[in-house]
Amino acid sequence: MQPSLLSSILFATIVAGTPLIIAAVGELVTEKSGVLNLGTEGIMSMGAVAAFAVTVHTGNPLLGILAGMAAGMVMGLIFAVAALTFMANQVASGLALSIFGVGLSAFIGKPYESVALPSVAAWNVPGLHRIPVLGHAFFEHQGLVYFSWALLGGVAWFLYRSRLGLVLRAVGEAPVAAHSVGYNVVRIRYMAVLFGGGMAGIGGAFLSVFYTPLWVEGMVAGRGWISLALVVFATWRPARVMVGAYLFGGCMITQMFVQGSGMHLNVPSQFLSALPYAATIIVLVLISHNKNTIRLNSPASLGQPFSPEA
Amino acid sequence: MWLKFEQRPEPSRLMRYLSPLLAVGLMVASGMLLFHLLGKSPVEGFKVFFLNPIQDKYGVAELFLKATPLILCAVGLSVGFRGNIWNIGAEGQLLIGALAGGGLALHFHDSSSLLLLPAMIIAGALGGMFWAAIPAWLRTRFNANEILTSLMLVYIAELIVSWLVHGPWMDPDGFNFPQTRLFQAKATMPILVAGTRLNAGLLIAVGALIAGWIFMNRSFMGYQMKVAGQAENAGRYAGFSARRTVWIGMLVGGAMAGIAGVAEIAGPVGQITEHISPGYGFAAMIVAFVGRLDPVGIFFSGLLMALLYLGGEQAQQYLALPYSISKVFQGLLLFFLLCSDVFITHRIRWKK
Repeated sequence: MQPSLLSSILFATIVAGTPLIIAAVGELVTEKSGVLNLGTEGIMSMGAVAAFAVTVHTGNPLLGILAGMAAGMVMGLIFAVAALTFMANQVASGLALSIFGVGLSAFIGKPYESVALPSVAAWNVPGLHRIPVLGHAFFEHQGLVYFSWALLGGVAWFLYRSRLGLVLRAVGEAPVAAHSVGYNVVRIRYMAVLFGGGMAGIGGAFLSVFYTPLWVEGMVAGRGWISLALVVFATWRPARVMVGAYLFGGCMITQMFVQGSGMHLNVPSQFLSALPYAATIIVLVLISHNKNTIRLNSPASLGQPFSPEA
Repeated sequence: MWLKFEQRPEPSRLMRYLSPLLAVGLMVASGMLLFHLLGKSPVEGFKVFFLNPIQDKYGVAELFLKATPLILCAVGLSVGFRGNIWNIGAEGQLLIGALAGGGLALHFHDSSSLLLLPAMIIAGALGGMFWAAIPAWLRTRFNANEILTSLMLVYIAELIVSWLVHGPWMDPDGFNFPQTRLFQAKATMPILVAGTRLNAGLLIAVGALIAGWIFMNRSFMGYQMKVAGQAENAGRYAGFSARRTVWIGMLVGGAMAGIAGVAEIAGPVGQITEHISPGYGFAAMIVAFVGRLDPVGIFFSGLLMALLYLGGEQAQQYLALPYSISKVFQGLLLFFLLCSDVFITHRIRWKK
């Protein structure tokens, strides 16, 4: 049976939004602990190249994802050492991580530029995938799509229903108070940064192993930065990350459908390619113009260094 | 924890100057380690990367040529960074500046006026300012984070360049290559040293360094930027306008990046292509930080960063390593700098 156009659009939107969800949820946890890691673009690039290389050599995409996650965590660790141990400016350290990660991934990935991977088979959810229209759209995906949903639920539960999540948020809101009642602020922030790095790494792995599946320099193409914008858009709430990610996913696939549908739009392809970036700007403006939404929702110590002895 | 940082009673002046040198040393050391891991001789790698590029007059000229756009962008960015204005979209401002200046050159292709080049430079500055004004306006009017908006505008600028060189501005006699026609002589920078590609763009960069030094150290506005960056509340109590800080920081950065864009298309590139800049706008952030946001420092760090670009070309040619090794070195340098800066305010204490 040929899936309907609506079903295909929903399907493609979800696929395009998946790496954004995974990376943005990771960054959300990091930011909830009070750390602003602007290195997501670099981490995703490293995750993508590591996952691709390992998948090429082992033929196992699952190992690829793990490699992507590991690479992301190493990148997170580098950031954490600079920003948490050495108390370097978080904005500058994040920028450094992005420049470094984009450069290093291009360097490592050079020999893999002409390699193509077989596409990974989808896993159809038994029963549910037979539902007309929605079945194809929601239940005939690759594993990481379901993972992104589980991750959202898991993180929402962790942040708002678990004890450790409460501690994490306390560290982000009032690190001095959390420290004085005996929590190790630096260690908790390390954990949050490593988790965020691991997730951004998986987000990158999704791009190179599942989505395209190939590696080219610059293939992350700003998705790391869009994930950062998504956290602001979501006003630091997990459920809204999903809404935002699918909005962007829809934006990204517009080009594909306009070209594939045979519509004769007299618009250069570059204008359609610019849509997701323009949308990011518009969304940021819409969310930020009410200063109170940002001030009330963002973790109070976001971006500020913490020194246990001060 | 095996080591602990202990706050110094007051920041160390010595470390302020030593920390960039420490960072360079660590970068070179880790670079040599990287060469070793890649199965190349570290000494040979060091020679190819850091010494080969500047062993003759042509090489030194290339060094200054590459440093020109880096210094221009970095001086502009440092004005904003001093006031905590995080314009990270210099790359896009550079491209739009190049389009504005290059558009003029294409439109007046037959002109023999001596004013063409100065007009291109002014157009480039205005183009860069326009592109920087967008995040400035969004920040002051809608409170939108300038880091993300200025960066998104880089991608949009790249797509505009791509559209123009594939479409309306494509050279009609260019065999369908995505590039404009070559600029005529009056629209290109005069060469400074015969036999090299070094051009008058360097003089503009030096002028920008001097103007930047005066602005930062001798003007009231420069002082306001510094106060706004270091102690936001103090600046507010003193009645310094936060909006004005944003505008000045962004516009100065945009103007300089735009001029850098013109210096490239009217200099070594000679036309508009999709490859006007190998990431100068991003590398300039590193130049600004490594140069301590100070014009004198920026001059030297600009030369260093230019050397990393040239070294990457040499490594590609003689060691068969990808060109992107330049960016690896650049990223490492910034990291080491940010980390070694802790010693300005802190001392290390080892714990048993």
